[in-house]
Amino acid sequence: QGEGCRTVPLSGHVGFDSLPDQLVNKSVNHGFCFNILCVGETGLGKSTLMDTLFNTKFEGDPASHSQPGVQLKSSTYDLQESNVNLKLTIVSTVGFGDQINKEDSYKPIVEFIDAQFEAYLQEELKIKRVLHNYHDTRIHACLYFIAPTGHSLKSLDLVTMKKLDSKVNIIPIIAKSDAISKSELTKFKIKITSELVSNGVQIYQFPTDDESVAEINGTMNAHLPFAVIGSTEEMKIGNKMMKARQYPWGTVQVENEAHCDFVKLREMLIRVNMEDLREQTHTRHYELYRRCKLEEMGFKDTDPDSKPFSLQETYEAKRNEFLGELQKKEEAMRQMFVQRVKEKEAELKEAEKELHEKFDRLKKLHQDEKKKLEDKKKSLDDEVNAFKQRKTAAELLQSQAQQAGGSQTLKRDKERK
Amino acid sequence: PHAGPVESKNEAAMSELVPEPRQKPVVPMKPMGINTSLLGYIGIDTIIEQMRKKTMKTGFDFNVMVVGQSGLGKSTLVNTLFKSQVSRKSSGWNREEKIPKTVEIKAIVHVIEEGGVKMKLTVIDTPGFGDQINNENCWEPIEKYINEQYEKFLKEEVNIARKKRIPDTRVHCCLYFISPTGHSLRPLDLEFMKHLSKVVNIIPVIAKADTMTLEEKTEFKQRVRKELEVNGIEFYPQKEFDEDLEDKTENDKIRQESMPFAVVGSDKEYQVNGKRVLGRKTPWGIIEVENLNHCEFALLRDFVIRTHLQDLKEVTHNIHYETYRAKRLNGNGGLPPMTVETEENHESNL
Repeated sequence: QGEGCRTVPLSGHVGFDSLPDQLVNKSVNHGFCFNILCVGETGLGKSTLMDTLFNTKFEGDPASHSQPGVQLKSSTYDLQESNVNLKLTIVSTVGFGDQINKEDSYKPIVEFIDAQFEAYLQEELKIKRVLHNYHDTRIHACLYFIAPTGHSLKSLDLVTMKKLDSKVNIIPIIAKSDAISKSELTKFKIKITSELVSNGVQIYQFPTDDESVAEINGTMNAHLPFAVIGSTEEMKIGNKMMKARQYPWGTVQVENEAHCDFVKLREMLIRVNMEDLREQTHTRHYELYRRCKLEEMGFKDTDPDSKPFSLQETYEAKRNEFLGELQKKEEAMRQMFVQRVKEKEAELKEAEKELHEKFDRLKKLHQDEKKKLEDKKKSLDDEVNAFKQRKTAAELLQSQAQQAGGSQTLKRDKERK
Repeated sequence: PHAGPVESKNEAAMSELVPEPRQKPVVPMKPMGINTSLLGYIGIDTIIEQMRKKTMKTGFDFNVMVVGQSGLGKSTLVNTLFKSQVSRKSSGWNREEKIPKTVEIKAIVHVIEEGGVKMKLTVIDTPGFGDQINNENCWEPIEKYINEQYEKFLKEEVNIARKKRIPDTRVHCCLYFISPTGHSLRPLDLEFMKHLSKVVNIIPVIAKADTMTLEEKTEFKQRVRKELEVNGIEFYPQKEFDEDLEDKTENDKIRQESMPFAVVGSDKEYQVNGKRVLGRKTPWGIIEVENLNHCEFALLRDFVIRTHLQDLKEVTHNIHYETYRAKRLNGNGGLPPMTVETEENHESNL
């Protein structure tokens, strides 16, 4: 309430008490989304726990231990219960804790979380934006899986959680807790909590400001980290089918609160605080990211006049930058085009030259051949001429000889006479 | 639905942003309440309760503006709508005060509570509208006020360190009062609605409808609807913002049959048939405000408050505000440079 705002009594039923219903109906029509990030070493049962929590068999093959680096695998599912449509995204680390050198293991996780914030921020900064239809991918809850060693947190755990605590709601859980006995578990939980406190790791606290949930949330806060077991296999226990893990020495029931904290986790994560997790992500973690990012870009909340204008200036600058880049790209493309044309031209010229050369060669060859043939013809003609001459000469000689012979015979005849 | 296992791995190492949502056929959940065993029930539907609790805690803002010539019963109607003395006239202002020379904008803020729901209601009155001899551009101060509220919100939104809940003073609903002449809309009505329907949700209302008979009322409404259509005036609920078929059918009926609502306002109660009802007493009978046979006040009330209140706010936020913001960030887009008015225009009941 602002100053000077007075409360007036109503003299009858107005009807705006239906407002929460109107709002809820709109949200239901719109659908909800919830994004969980599971961080933990390979083999700690992350996928199984998700299957157990949401009562489904989500897709995926178990990961190997030989991943070269830490990666994040993300899948989105549409779940429906009563009239509520939930778009659930589960992101899991792959290969976390498997490397020999784990110094940079936390980095891909932090980068992923930041990337989702960045995507939202970009959408929010757009001039023409569609925020109410935006598929929110920001991580609402981070389940950090602690290995059930029974001793203390690993240094990797501390380092990673410290890097994540200002970016996401961390809910630490002890995985595969059927490996620890009850008494060890209590000591383990105390050790973990004290280590988190002494290292200044801020984990998510279930909210205690609303009286209706203050009590249960307060109690649950004291049970952190939750010791969970996951199982999708159902066994007949008594006369009911229950999710359980069967050992030779007994059966561990997942939903038995005396056996593990699975029910508490489900209660807290989904049935009581899902909305608060979403709200904290948006109003605290995202705002922090946005503030840091904008300050990084050089903005300050100096005087009230400067903001829309300075942001407008940025938009101007961004737009000019963008146009400039476009122009540069266009120029580069034009250059490349010209270059390509030149190259093609050169190629074609080369080809042309070659063709010409070939043509010349062939022509020369042809001429040579022709000359040869002509020479041959000439020699042949010469031979023919020579032959003809000889023939004529021979004929002449023959006729001469005949004449001489005739004259000779005449002469002989004369002599006889 | 896919036949085999859905390939949905999405390696997100360095630069992967938004994962592609895949439709995965999921084991159907057992609906709540039918199966008592824990098996099958996750509890996702509890988010409805969680959300409801959260909104009840934070409370709601609602800002309604009334526009129309003086004497059309605007203040009375607002008081009747919210069953309390929320209008400017009831907040200690002299009824005999002079009609202002220009259009003034006066906002009164009240907090009302019902059923655990707290609402901060702001009623914005516009005395002087349409009352001058020359009424040219008398809508400009109103348009300016509306844009100023968008500007205020925008300024808060672009802050580096933002408030958790940005105070919302944007006008969610503008009730425009049409004089019950029985003939047609006045040029001023058309001009105002043409200009303002692009920046705010306008709900046209036929004031003092007790001066028309049923036939006259029906004819007048038809003529008004026709004129609005011919002039391209999109009043709330706007056709282009219908979200789905259900919305469209529901809203079509309202647009084409009920609106504009012909209303009568009153804050006096009379005894009718043993009941206390709000009404107007005349020599020829008592006009019962909430009787649907007498006037359409109840329709207006249900429409604005009981069914479309949240939608009015959402259309204002998701569409009108976004339009303003886009224009503003695109280099002033024709808007005059803003000088944000401070709190001087917000009257308070001291």
